[in-house]
Amino acid sequence: MEEFIQQLINGISLGSIYALIALGYTMVYGIVKLINFAHGDIYMVGAYLGFFAIAILGWPFLPSLLMAMAVCAVLGVVIEKLAYKPLRNAPRIAALITAIGVSLFLEYSMMLLVKPEVRSFPQVLSDVQYNLFGSLVISSRQVIILVVTIALMLLLQYIVHKTMIGKAMRAVSHDKQAAQLMGISVDNTISFTFAIGSSLAAAAGVLVGIYYNAINPLMGIMPGLKAFVAAVLGGIGIIPGAMAGGFLLGIVEAMVSGYGKSLYRDPVAFIILIIILIVKPAGLFGKNVREKV
Amino acid sequence: MKKFRLYALLTAVVMLAALVVGCGAGGEEKKAADAKEIIIGGNLELSGAVATFGTAMKNGAQLYFDEVNAAGGVLGKQIKFEVLDNKSDATEAANAATRLITQDKAVAIMGAATSGNTMGYMQVATDNKVPIITPSGTALDVTVDPNTKKVRDYVFRTCFIDPFQGIVMANFATNDLKAKTAVLYVDNQSPYAKGLAQFFEESFIKQGGQILAKEAFVPEDQDFKATLTKIKGLNPDVIYVPAYYEPVGKIVKQSREIGINVPILGGDGWDSPKLPEIAGAAALNNTFFTNHYSSQQDDPTIKSFVEKYQAKFGQVPDTFAALGYDTAILLVDAVKRSEDGTPEKIKDALISAKEVQAVTGKLSFDENHNPIKGAVILEMKDGKQTYKTYVKP
Repeated sequence: MEEFIQQLINGISLGSIYALIALGYTMVYGIVKLINFAHGDIYMVGAYLGFFAIAILGWPFLPSLLMAMAVCAVLGVVIEKLAYKPLRNAPRIAALITAIGVSLFLEYSMMLLVKPEVRSFPQVLSDVQYNLFGSLVISSRQVIILVVTIALMLLLQYIVHKTMIGKAMRAVSHDKQAAQLMGISVDNTISFTFAIGSSLAAAAGVLVGIYYNAINPLMGIMPGLKAFVAAVLGGIGIIPGAMAGGFLLGIVEAMVSGYGKSLYRDPVAFIILIIILIVKPAGLFGKNVREKV
Repeated sequence: MKKFRLYALLTAVVMLAALVVGCGAGGEEKKAADAKEIIIGGNLELSGAVATFGTAMKNGAQLYFDEVNAAGGVLGKQIKFEVLDNKSDATEAANAATRLITQDKAVAIMGAATSGNTMGYMQVATDNKVPIITPSGTALDVTVDPNTKKVRDYVFRTCFIDPFQGIVMANFATNDLKAKTAVLYVDNQSPYAKGLAQFFEESFIKQGGQILAKEAFVPEDQDFKATLTKIKGLNPDVIYVPAYYEPVGKIVKQSREIGINVPILGGDGWDSPKLPEIAGAAALNNTFFTNHYSSQQDDPTIKSFVEKYQAKFGQVPDTFAALGYDTAILLVDAVKRSEDGTPEKIKDALISAKEVQAVTGKLSFDENHNPIKGAVILEMKDGKQTYKTYVKP
């Protein structure tokens, strides 16, 4: 039982990272129907920005996190304006392939810029292990990851449901033309969505860098794919779905590694993707909406 | 009779042609031998994933060649060490080898640091009949063709091989750490790691130990806690993690975080200044790994090498610097005994190398071109490697 709870803790801390990245996927998909495969690499850029602020400029944790989020927000908007906006009326597959191109561009330009070697974060947050009920262990960093993740999710919920720009986002994702007719600037709303999604990914990058203490230019590939699975699992385009999908995937992975074979973990994650696509393509939180032609 | 004459004539023509060709080759060799310098190639990882390995080797080898040149060179000639960067890539290693052999006329090549990159270019060297020595390619297949079980004529190495390393660690676990149970946690994408795990397991079981579980990971993983929690539940005496330093750092860090305090063991892939950076100095306490040499060993050859290296490069030489230096010693020794400095003779001289005094031991090759040498076991204490014990071959 203790081991089970320990695995649950492991799964939740892993899942909160997936959830943060999945939110960006799902928001962008919800609004422009584009699977932004460069999203995992924005997470990587965020990790490097955090590394730069903490290791080279010597900033404390919170300013570094905010700086990485701000810079990545700008980066997300720039990518959207340069790479995706010109293709907004092109077939969806063109935008998808462009996204893969952007992803490779980010990975290998970073490799050129920062060298392919692994970097380790300085110890910016003290790491304390708390023992609960005997052998159960939770570290202060796991707690920080969880707190930051939940705070960001609450903030996102607030933005989406209580602010004007959030209302605009929901309107554009519901019906782009109608929103435009009502006087909503679709371009600005889409840019804003990219900015929020990218800053969440950057936050995940910084948290991962601090928690696991090692970053490299290709670190975004696997978490990016996993977060995509999480987004589809919860129902792509649905914000609470991405959160639930992320946590669920993290817990499933921890359980598979803990009680099955450690190497089955990745296959299981992708089998989940396949099963969801076959059985319930709209995802756990999705409603079957008939598409109007 | 007429037929016989025709055959005789044909044979004569063929022999003549062979003679002419032979002369041509001989003439070229002579030209190379007449040059004022002996060119030794370096095919090393100066950039890319294992750049620290190749750079240290280059420094170590250059140090010895400079010493030899200052003392008048070898066979009355100066040695020129021509190093090309193979970018930690097997294809680039083949390109570099072609250039070293055809353009620079290298008589022997040192490199590469990893087994994979060495295997990437050894065919080029064999085709051109140029001997090569890898300072640190420990995989069995480097010097022996796994299909035919035949030794590769032109390939040598300066390091011990993986089976030895695995066995040494198993002995250490049983005798010194008094371990009865172990868990293997292996990098599933590296033949090096799998080899070490296999030999550790065989030897550990033979000595009455028990392997409680074999777990695996892929090197891109970030989170190991789920598997480590499972390992914690098994409560082993030791955990063996043969892998390269990056995942090892994360595994050691995360196992200490979830409260695994037993010794963690590994191999020479752990040797990197990055390891304490990733894992944290405190987490690395109570970890041990096998290695080729320690700069702290109480041995006059090692002490003088460490002093010379520090004076020139301003840092303590790691294993790869020592192996680079030793490879240079082997090469110079072979050139000296080859008498004419041609690749073929150098190869023969390498085969017959006997008790060559080097930093990592007295080196002789066995029939598989592997040096017969010992290993050291290092313990990590507060982020620093400390010399624990030396194990004889």
